[in-house]
Amino acid sequence: MTTTPLPPTGPFAEAFEETADAGGEPGRQRRLSRLERRAIATKGRLSSPWASFAAILIAILWTIPSIGLLVTSFRPELDIRRSGWWTVFGGLFNGEAEFTLDNYDQALFGSGANLATYFVNSFVITIPAVIIPITIALLAAYAFAWIDFKGRNILFVAVFALQIVPLQVALVPLLRDYVSAGVAGSFWTVWLSHSIFGLPLAIFLLHNFMKDIPSSLVEAARVDGAGHVKIFFRVLLPLLVPAIAAFGIFQFLWVWNDLLVGLTFASPNSRPLTVAVAEMAGSRGGDWHVLTAGAFISMVVPLIVFISLQRYFVRGLLAGSVKG
Amino acid sequence: MDWLTSASSVGEKFALMFLAVALFVVVMGAILFLVDRPSRVPRWVVAAAFAGPALLLLAWGLVRPALLTLWNSFFDKRGNEFIGVDNYTRVLTGGQFQSVLTNTAIWVILVPIASTLIGLVYAVLVDRTRFEKLAKALVFIPMAISMVGASIIWKFVYEFKPDQPGVKQTGLLNQVLVWVGLEPQQFLINSPWNTVFLIVVMVWIQTGFAMTVLSAAIKAIPDDIVEAARLDGLGGMRMFRYITVPSIRPALVVVLTTIAIGTLKVFDIVRTMTGGQFNTQVIANEFYTQAFRQNNQGLSAALAVILFILVVPIVVYNVRQLRKSEEIR
Repeated sequence: MTTTPLPPTGPFAEAFEETADAGGEPGRQRRLSRLERRAIATKGRLSSPWASFAAILIAILWTIPSIGLLVTSFRPELDIRRSGWWTVFGGLFNGEAEFTLDNYDQALFGSGANLATYFVNSFVITIPAVIIPITIALLAAYAFAWIDFKGRNILFVAVFALQIVPLQVALVPLLRDYVSAGVAGSFWTVWLSHSIFGLPLAIFLLHNFMKDIPSSLVEAARVDGAGHVKIFFRVLLPLLVPAIAAFGIFQFLWVWNDLLVGLTFASPNSRPLTVAVAEMAGSRGGDWHVLTAGAFISMVVPLIVFISLQRYFVRGLLAGSVKG
Repeated sequence: MDWLTSASSVGEKFALMFLAVALFVVVMGAILFLVDRPSRVPRWVVAAAFAGPALLLLAWGLVRPALLTLWNSFFDKRGNEFIGVDNYTRVLTGGQFQSVLTNTAIWVILVPIASTLIGLVYAVLVDRTRFEKLAKALVFIPMAISMVGASIIWKFVYEFKPDQPGVKQTGLLNQVLVWVGLEPQQFLINSPWNTVFLIVVMVWIQTGFAMTVLSAAIKAIPDDIVEAARLDGLGGMRMFRYITVPSIRPALVVVLTTIAIGTLKVFDIVRTMTGGQFNTQVIANEFYTQAFRQNNQGLSAALAVILFILVVPIVVYNVRQLRKSEEIR
């Protein structure tokens, strides 16, 4: 199940650069690359006004809701109740538009919301819940790719199949175990659960990347007398940095944005931002000034991670979904 | 040592986090150190050291609980009395669950089709234009946002104020209705359309995924095919219909099935926006309600199993399609 028409590594990111570079050297005669030739060939088709209109319409529809939230989070409470967020654009010209950071202050430190605490919790939950499954999955992926042991194929297929098991089937029995062990609600249970749930995809993805490494490299190290541990650390790990980054972002976004695991296993003391914000949406649904600021607080970290590491994310996405 | 299980201050929490990571590194390091003797350690021990932790965790934390859930689904509310398939018959035939099943079906059909269609059209439209990078980023960004965050964004779009003189709408969609001379609507309350308005949120999130994968597939279509088609006079819509879509068929199947599976498990959106009220409930959220609100163990287990059973045909279809496309090559 590995051959599909898509190249496994970042064509998306490379294509980005290609379009950005096109026309960068106007004076120089050079052979046109494959992509550039196609860019020229397809130009006529895409510049039709209807096509541009449709593309712009989709782009606007996809952006406006977020802009509304962002603008609202900076408006005074009374203004939010009285008028729509779009009125600020008129207000900008006649000087009536007012902006404030009060909503953020109230969402982060106000007695009812107190999101600063949950912000810390989200960090404390996410970092181990990314490091632990990646490490364990790397080792397992190495074993499945490069150590010859009995039952290897069956076990790998089993791990692959576990990807489709919905988390829901595991929640209640796990929670019961945590309760009887006396650790229910602690960070330990959240870390452990996230690590377990992340493993099938992590092993599968990293195994794909690991298989792509030429076996001659591994063989050469083996001839030199290196054991599996040395081969893993000296030969494979340095080559796998992009793959680790790709899955790392995946797992980071998954854990940070997760609601189900946090809701089920975390106590009020250890709950992440998502749970706190969801709670707020339920109990203070009309308080848009706190709610918009709170929602944006919960989004800012994944947005930064996502935008700055987009290239790796796309690579992981293509390797994971398309090769599967 | 109370802080080990209930860290409360910021310092304690971070200390606990570092302790957990350090503990993990020490344990894994010790295991690897012990097997790092190429000639003296048998191979199965090395294999166990590498694959063992993952396999043990999966067996304990995923396979065993899944089997327990399957077992529990044949028992009553408290888990004491064996009641056979009663929980399943109740879900599949009981009146209150009919709308849950219907809603889930609507989600699983509409979300993949809408996101894939919009993602595909958009990918084709912006392919190799000057603004490709920016245009893609705009549609891509909702994927970074939690579903809770996305739900709040859209709940604000759907915000309703009663239509009275002096009251201005603060939700964008209702304002648009007012601008064109219609009456504002309670988008999240009026059934059956409220389910569609919840689905919009999921489509908004998933389109970026569809667009990314399909865009990569479009860029991978061999040049000679495109050029040959062009020489034959194919262009515009016909190029799209006869060349682009057939060439990226495997990617389309993967995108559709991946989104369908993801949609089946979604409960965040329904929970945050309507709480499953007003006839918007879906299986994944009903599971949560039965398990942790109603404390009905048997029924919640049955719902989880049904969720799993519904995933299987989608995956089987996916695998068979991929096999087929490999045979053609």
